[in-house]
Amino acid sequence: MKARKLARGVCVSFSFGSDNRLPQARLAVVSYIIVGMIGVLLLGFWKLQVIDSDRYGQMAEQNRVRSIPIIAPRGRMLDRDGRVLVDNRPSFSVLLLRDDPALVEKNLPALADGLGLSVDDLHDQLQNTRNLPKFQPIVIKPEATSADLDFIESHRADIPVLEMLSVSRRRYLPNGFLAHATGYVGEASEQQIEASNGKLRPGDVVGKAGLERQYNDILMGTDGMRRVIVNSVGKEVDHLSQQDPIPGKQIQLTIDMDLQQVAEQSLGQRPGAVVALDPRTGEVLAMVSRPTMDPNDFAVRISKEEWKQLNDDPLRPLFNRAVQAQLAPGSVFKIVTATAMLEDHNPPENFETYCPGYGTFYGRQFKCWVLSSRKGPTSHGTLNLHGAILHSCDVFFYTAGMRLGIDRLAYYGDKLGIGHKTGIDLPSEEPGLMPSEQWVERVFHRKWYAGETISVSIGQGAVTTTPVQLARLIGGIASGGVFKQPHLRKDLQNIGEERFAISEPTVEKVTDAMYGVMNEPGGTGAALKLKDIEFSGKSGTAQVISYDKRAQIGKQRKFDDNGWFVGYAPKRDPEIVVAALVQEGGGLHGGDTAGPVVRDVVKAYYDKKNKKLQGQTTADNSKPVPHNAPAAIVAPRAVIVKDEEPAGHAALAQDQR
Amino acid sequence: MKDAPGTRDYDWWLLAILATICALGVLEIYSATHGSALAGMQYKQLRWLAVGVVLMFILSRIDYHLILDQSLILYLVCIASLAAVLLLGNSRFGAKRWIPIMGQMFQVSELAKLIIIIVLARFFTEVRSDKLDLRDLIKAGLLVGVPLVLILKQPDLGTAMVLVPLLFVGAFLAGLQWQHMAAIVLVGALLVGAVFYPPVSKHILKPYQRERITSFLHPEEDAKGSGYQLLQSKIAVGSGGFWGKGFGNGSQNQLGYIPVRYSDFIMSAWAEEQGFKGVLLALGLYMALLLRLVQNAQRAKDRAGMFLVMGVAAALGFHVLVNVAMVIGAMPVTGIPLPLMSYGGSATLFVFMAIGLVMNVRLRRFVN
Repeated sequence: MKARKLARGVCVSFSFGSDNRLPQARLAVVSYIIVGMIGVLLLGFWKLQVIDSDRYGQMAEQNRVRSIPIIAPRGRMLDRDGRVLVDNRPSFSVLLLRDDPALVEKNLPALADGLGLSVDDLHDQLQNTRNLPKFQPIVIKPEATSADLDFIESHRADIPVLEMLSVSRRRYLPNGFLAHATGYVGEASEQQIEASNGKLRPGDVVGKAGLERQYNDILMGTDGMRRVIVNSVGKEVDHLSQQDPIPGKQIQLTIDMDLQQVAEQSLGQRPGAVVALDPRTGEVLAMVSRPTMDPNDFAVRISKEEWKQLNDDPLRPLFNRAVQAQLAPGSVFKIVTATAMLEDHNPPENFETYCPGYGTFYGRQFKCWVLSSRKGPTSHGTLNLHGAILHSCDVFFYTAGMRLGIDRLAYYGDKLGIGHKTGIDLPSEEPGLMPSEQWVERVFHRKWYAGETISVSIGQGAVTTTPVQLARLIGGIASGGVFKQPHLRKDLQNIGEERFAISEPTVEKVTDAMYGVMNEPGGTGAALKLKDIEFSGKSGTAQVISYDKRAQIGKQRKFDDNGWFVGYAPKRDPEIVVAALVQEGGGLHGGDTAGPVVRDVVKAYYDKKNKKLQGQTTADNSKPVPHNAPAAIVAPRAVIVKDEEPAGHAALAQDQR
Repeated sequence: MKDAPGTRDYDWWLLAILATICALGVLEIYSATHGSALAGMQYKQLRWLAVGVVLMFILSRIDYHLILDQSLILYLVCIASLAAVLLLGNSRFGAKRWIPIMGQMFQVSELAKLIIIIVLARFFTEVRSDKLDLRDLIKAGLLVGVPLVLILKQPDLGTAMVLVPLLFVGAFLAGLQWQHMAAIVLVGALLVGAVFYPPVSKHILKPYQRERITSFLHPEEDAKGSGYQLLQSKIAVGSGGFWGKGFGNGSQNQLGYIPVRYSDFIMSAWAEEQGFKGVLLALGLYMALLLRLVQNAQRAKDRAGMFLVMGVAAALGFHVLVNVAMVIGAMPVTGIPLPLMSYGGSATLFVFMAIGLVMNVRLRRFVN
């Protein structure tokens, strides 16, 4: 139809002039509409540019200005002589710029190849971060090698999606040296961020364990801030201002690197722990826990698998046995029983028992370890307290414990610190347990069985202690009842001190006996004697399960004995006390397994002290140890089985069942 | 009918307004691109303007009655070239809109707009009645409908939309009856409703078009995706305040937060750097331009000239409305440039050729 009409127009060049009245009214309407339209548009601009101008101004500023944190380096940790234990090292992370997804996709295979990454992993990572703003780059390789940096530099033009980020990473001594005391760092968890009242941001590196966590506030410092102008693709185009970071403060530890090294080597790879204290001050001179882990692994980024492996490892390498292992102290506890007996004069101090190798209490037979000893006699004969400590006779202490009763044992155990945290400046310290009538009532809702007292009196049954607790306890008794709070930070203020009045004759008798353990014939630590040093101590071997049970199950590694030794010197008011725990099988006793470790540390302490007295070591000591110096961990020492009396070995009372 | 109108008869006021708007555009194109990889774009725009002026002059010299006489051929050329674009055209940004002419890419749909203005002017002239009856209205609708569908197929919703006001303004001036107008408004409202109502729009819109609608309705939900453009434009405009940040000082503009800041969003860049006072100037100039066009229509010698001029006014007015409304976030992103200010070859040439038609009508107002 329209074609026909148009066709007519082409054929007949019709006159345009026939009707030329213009619709003036309607044209005027159009004019008003134009004015109205422009007016409405102007109103729109008025709203944005005048009414809401401030709000949009702020939004423009937020677009334009980006605040980039400058990470403050964490404070270092030094040993008591100023040698560096933990510091930082510069490092680079590889960033992937994701502004242009197509470009990223195109370059993925090439960059994966160049950086030695898997394309699939990169895809996963991109997928997981797809909800983040595109201008925010992601870290695809937290720890770049120099080859990676070369790769990025040389391919800037053809692979324009890579960038390097300079970061500072924690550097710990290798091979897990002091690892459990220092702890490690990691990215702040959501809970930590919430608890920090805005001080922490996601991605911040904070102490996760050990001293790193304990003193995080001191070590962490305050991040600085750089305000820059960025364009719409996130590229910095100008620099506005800079607030410099305040580096974290360094802390000096009480640890003596030399003693630590000896302790690490002496314990070797055996599961266990060593704690060396100066009982006069509470300073921790050395702290080892085995098995260990390498906190340098956490300083970068630990994979989920590795983390799971560390957590699921039955030997629990993340566990600081020095403050967290709560184990039966075995015969070391006899010092508590002895102190209780002497202080209460019950039984009197000249009390003697005859040990036929076992004793019968409350209708049940309890063995003395001597009965099953492989060599020598199978009974102790008649003993007084001194002899009972020397030989670690169970029957004597069964009897003494029975006479005292659980109330008095629990009173002294409690006063000497069992069941209480020592207050050492480490997170997650455990308190141990001093069982009592109230405790069974509260926890098991039953009465105390008298037979349990017999077990507790030799450090078996429900009583548990940590290595640091035993070091404090023995050191405190030898110091006449003064217990200093163990601590690792050198300039810690307000160090706690507990005093428990122990009479002078009691201290004298107990320390005499502990000196005798090493220095009198027949003492369970006679093989550990050190020349010219009043080396004293007490061994202990705590069974994990009873003798009878072990015979049924057969010897398996997880039922290894816990070998203890707590040694100190000199005999009164000691300068050093060392508690060692060795969890090792083979029917060996604390004196054989843990004893040599303690002796090595005490000997190293005196060697160093004597050298210092001779004035030879000032230069030697101040020399910092290079970081790659191997804190070599030697193979587990061959345990010398000597013809000496091993430590106490008692049947675990099964009364709780 | 042949005559030789003098240069005195050109609409110098209109040209002055035109030149001022173009100057603002060139300045802002310079400001928006001088620090970037696109630096020097203002010279390209000046070149297009020069070509435009020549085309305008040529078009003003050929008596518009002769042009109207060729309506059928022009219409067929228009349909054929739109079909050719669909079959042979070059794809850019996922749409087939361009064909190469002498080494430059041209958007055929810009030419189509011009031809539809001419064809409609011819059609409405021939109605010869104060009242437009339904039959003629439907015919006019079909006349516009064919190219509109072809442009929609490219797809280019923005340009296709421009054809609608050409038809509407033409019909209105040709004596559109009130009941028909009410019906058209109703249908239009239903269409807009359908576009904004997802269950219906998914049948009639392309995914990218639906995305634009969604991001227009909920820009905050997707601040880094497609809502980004509108939000950044509003931030630019709003942060400009009353006085503006100054030439070359708009952070949204200079740092590239405004999308295609030299073209579709040039008003956003202008508003940021020149503030509300600058907007007042620019929109005042556009208003003057449009009113001047209406005035030319009122003084046209015949209805044919009036329809031609008003077709041009409708096209330019609609461009200004849709573009500026988009810049302040009152309309979705449609890809319609701001006439004379936005950078762009085909669009600039279209405006100058359209103004050439207006001059043509003006030059012949006293003859006969």
